[in-house]
Order: sequence, then C-alpha cells, then structure tokens
Amino acid sequence: MGEGGTALPRRLVPHHRTGLLSQGPSVTLVQNKNAEGGVQIDETMRRRLIEAVAETIALHAEELTAIDAAQGDGDHGLNMNRGFGAVTAKLDDIAAKPLPEAVQEVGRTLVMTVGGASGAIFGTAFMAAGKVLPEAPTRADAAAAMDAAVAAVRARGKAEFGHKTMLDVLGPVATALHGDATDLPAVAHAAAEATAGMQAVRGRASFLGERSVGGMDAGARSAALIVAAICGVVEETP
Amino acid sequence: MKKLINAPETVLAESLDGFAAAHADLVVLGEGRKFVRRVKSKPGKVGLISGGGSGHEPLHAGFVGYGMLDAACPGQVFTSPTPDQMMAAAEAVDTGAGLLFIVKNYEGDVMNFDMAREMDAAGRRIETVLIDDDVAVEMSTFSNGRRGVAGTLVVEKIVGAAAERGEDLAACRALGERVNKATRSMGVALTSCTVPAAGKPTFVLGEDEIEIGVGIHGEPGRRRAKLAGADALARDMVAAIVDDLGQARGEVLLFVNGFGGTPLMELYVMYHAARTRLEERGLTVIRSLVGSYVTALDMAGCSLTVSALDRDMVALWDAPVHTPGLRWGM
Repeated sequence: MGEGGTALPRRLVPHHRTGLLSQGPSVTLVQNKNAEGGVQIDETMRRRLIEAVAETIALHAEELTAIDAAQGDGDHGLNMNRGFGAVTAKLDDIAAKPLPEAVQEVGRTLVMTVGGASGAIFGTAFMAAGKVLPEAPTRADAAAAMDAAVAAVRARGKAEFGHKTMLDVLGPVATALHGDATDLPAVAHAAAEATAGMQAVRGRASFLGERSVGGMDAGARSAALIVAAICGVVEETP
Repeated sequence: MKKLINAPETVLAESLDGFAAAHADLVVLGEGRKFVRRVKSKPGKVGLISGGGSGHEPLHAGFVGYGMLDAACPGQVFTSPTPDQMMAAAEAVDTGAGLLFIVKNYEGDVMNFDMAREMDAAGRRIETVLIDDDVAVEMSTFSNGRRGVAGTLVVEKIVGAAAERGEDLAACRALGERVNKATRSMGVALTSCTVPAAGKPTFVLGEDEIEIGVGIHGEPGRRRAKLAGADALARDMVAAIVDDLGQARGEVLLFVNGFGGTPLMELYVMYHAARTRLEERGLTVIRSLVGSYVTALDMAGCSLTVSALDRDMVALWDAPVHTPGLRWGM
C-alpha cells in the first residue's frame, strides 16, 4: 500500500507543530491559520492524513486480527486493511477534494469495501465527522466532529459507552478534545486498553458473555490507531 | 490448512464464477460480482433479496431461483455484504411490487442492509424481515439478541412461495415474521472451521470435545462438553428447542442441517434420533429436510431446526421450487 510513486517522502522536511490539537507552545506556520485560528488542511496534508491512517492499519493488521480472533471472528485486521487499501487506491481523487468531502468519501469507501459491522461503523464515523468539519478546523471544530461521529455510531450500532466497542475510544477522545488534554494518542490508547476489562454487549464478542472480559476490543484498538495517526500528521505538518 | 483453492484472496471470486457457470440456466452473476440474481424476474412479484457473509453455501445464492429468492448478495467469508451490493441487487430485480430484505440477525448484516435501504435514492418500497432462530443465545440486554441460522432457509422457502403466488409486500413481510417466530434452531460443533484467509482453525476443540450451541461462524455457544452419542445429543438439542418454542403438541417440520464437514449418513442418524425425541414429546413430524444447506465452511457438526408450521405455511413449503440448492415439484 501507498506505493503509488506520487506520495511525498514523509520525513524529508522538518516538522512544525500546528497547535491545532496540542494547544501548547508550538512553532506554527502562520499562513496555515485562518482568522478563527483554524488550520487549513491542504491537499498535501489531506494526502498525508490518509496515508498515515492506511499505513498504521496495514502495519497493525495482523495484530488487529489476532485481537479479534480471541474475541470475535478473527478478520478485523484483514477487513480494515481491505477498506483502507481501497481508500489508498483512490488517494489522488480523495485528497483533491476539500476536507469535509474528503473525509466523507473516506467513510463511504469504508462502508462500501469493508463489510461487516466494522465497515458500517467506521464508515459512519468518518461520514458523520466529514459532514460537520469545516475546511480549516479549529480544536473546537475537531471536538464537534468527534461528537458527531460518536452520535452517528451510537445510532447506527445501537451501542452505548461501556459496551466494549470503538465508541469506548471515540467517547474519551471527544471529551479530551473539549478539554485541554494535549496528548490525545495517549488518551486514545489508554481508552482502548480499558476495553479489556469490559464485557462485550455488542458484536460477536458478546456471544462469549463473561468470557469476553480480559481481551481488548479490536475495533477500539483500530480507533485508537486511527486517532493517533491523525494526531501525528496534524501535530507535525511541514 | 488443506483446501481446494488457488489463493485465499481469490476463493470468493472463483467460487462465484464457478457457481454462476454451473447454474447458468437459473442464475446470473451481477456486475462486479455484487449479487446473484434469477435469470428472469417476474413482473409484479415482490422481489426477495437476501445475503450475508460467504462460507454458508448453498445459503444464500444457492436459493436464488423460482419459488425462493430473486437475488442474493455474497459478502466476503463470514463478513456481511456492503450496501452497494444490496442497492445494485435492488436495482436489478425490482419490478415495482416492492422488495423484501431477508436478513440474519447479526450486527454487520443488519447495519449494511439498513444502510442500503437508507441510501437507496430511487425511493423503492423496501421492507425487512430479521431472522433470529438460534436458541443457543440467551435473550438478554447483554447481547445483540439471537442469531439467524438454518431457520433462514425455512423463511426463504415459504416466503418465496408466497411471493410467487402473488402476495403483496406487507403480506410477505408479515408471513416472514410469523415463520421466523415459529422456527427454532440449535447447533453442535465437532470441529472448528478454517477461514481461508486466516489459514488456521477459528477455535480449538479437544479430540473428545464438542461445542453445544455453536453458531454458523464457529462462534461459541452455550457450553463445551464431552462428545456424547447421537441420541443424547439430540435429546439435549430437542429439549432446548421445544422448551423455547413452547409448543407441546402439534405438527412440525424437522430440518437437520450439516455444517459442511459431516457426512449425510451421520445427519440421518441425527434425524432419526431427533425425530424419536420429538415424537416422545408429543410432536408429529410432517415435513423433513436433511442435508448441508446452511454451512460453516468445513466445520463438522449439525444443527436441528424445528418449525411449527400452520396449514398455509405447509402448503407454501410444498409449493414448487427450482434453485441450485433446493428443488422439488418442478
């Protein structure tokens, strides 16, 4: 994946922090910010966001499948990787769209290629977030997008917090975005780890009943990886 | 993993191509292998569309044809199909009388069929019947509810005949719900199955162990137990089914379904055992089906399905059907 020859080498240029998510002291590219303090997510950055997410899913596909094998039916990594492979195949088209449309298109592509509950849920999350994101989002916009994703996933999956799903990562991340947490990947990873102590109420893991306690939820792990990948790009933009 | 395949990535496409070529008199494979549909749709008839993860063959594509489904959407192995597949199938078989989605109760299937309905821009009349016949999963707020398993065949056959007879969309949906309510199933696994892409068994059973209440994807059931004789197994399974059905007397259909890795000879042993237990409990078996119809790849084991059919349902069960997987009366 990602070997289209069109991608820019990711680590050739020095990285600067945009401050979109961190709020801390940062070297900010002033020309990227609009009057409201939003960060213009340009085509290069959209491309890098997609690549980073696809890369992390590909890199962790086997791990995700192993987590899923203990809890569900052992195909989560495979299915997610197929979905983001399809997204990567359309990288030029998607990155050329303005941010809101690009994010929605990522969601639609996941819905149409992943299948299963994962495709519907992850796709729905991106579609809902894309609908409310402006082209140059502020931290408050990112929080609102996460809220929208949480609401859409709850409705689609008829799931609640504590049901041992990816919601148990999106929820804490949304809360953190509304507050002043600076290390969102840490929040996301800790939230994913915490699903290990939950008993599954949704998904095939629910058939295990009490036997589902002890292992992390694969969808939660995926969600944390995606959040971390997005933060990595947004925080370090050339 | 020992399988008759070329590569895990090509199993589904090659299997569908082979299926469509073998049964070209009955079915056509849609563009992009999104669905399998009947060679010819019947104008004015409610269109029946089902689908689900692959690996359960002949379910669902094998039941496309006269007297059963109009189209089936095959997902990846044990993974629900995507909404674009159902949208394409709807476009292909809608003749104006509305469409009925027959969906097994798994979150992935339910969400993807729902999204197909919501995304359908043509404003078609689409209704859904959910199948949840598996008694192994206890109803509780701590689960997604019961799973749809072999009873799906009974619903697809009976509602298929009703649609063929000219029943409208509302009647087909109501009938589907009644048949589902009258149907209960329970399975037992002797071995695991192996998903081609995974390359190794989904779960591990000891030489003398069985999983009672197993699902059709190798999901765990009620409990793990020591292998017992067919009579003892049938007694437990029939008890679970009949107690849940709440039907003390009357006439029933008995369907013994192989999971893919069990010989027909053993299925008839189980049929004999199950029928004897049912009769001991005061139920009369008036219709029977024995064979591997709703499989879980190469899993050994079987499920028992009992349907308390009323007179009209029996007539619809007996009505002619001509599909790759089920054929009688024509």
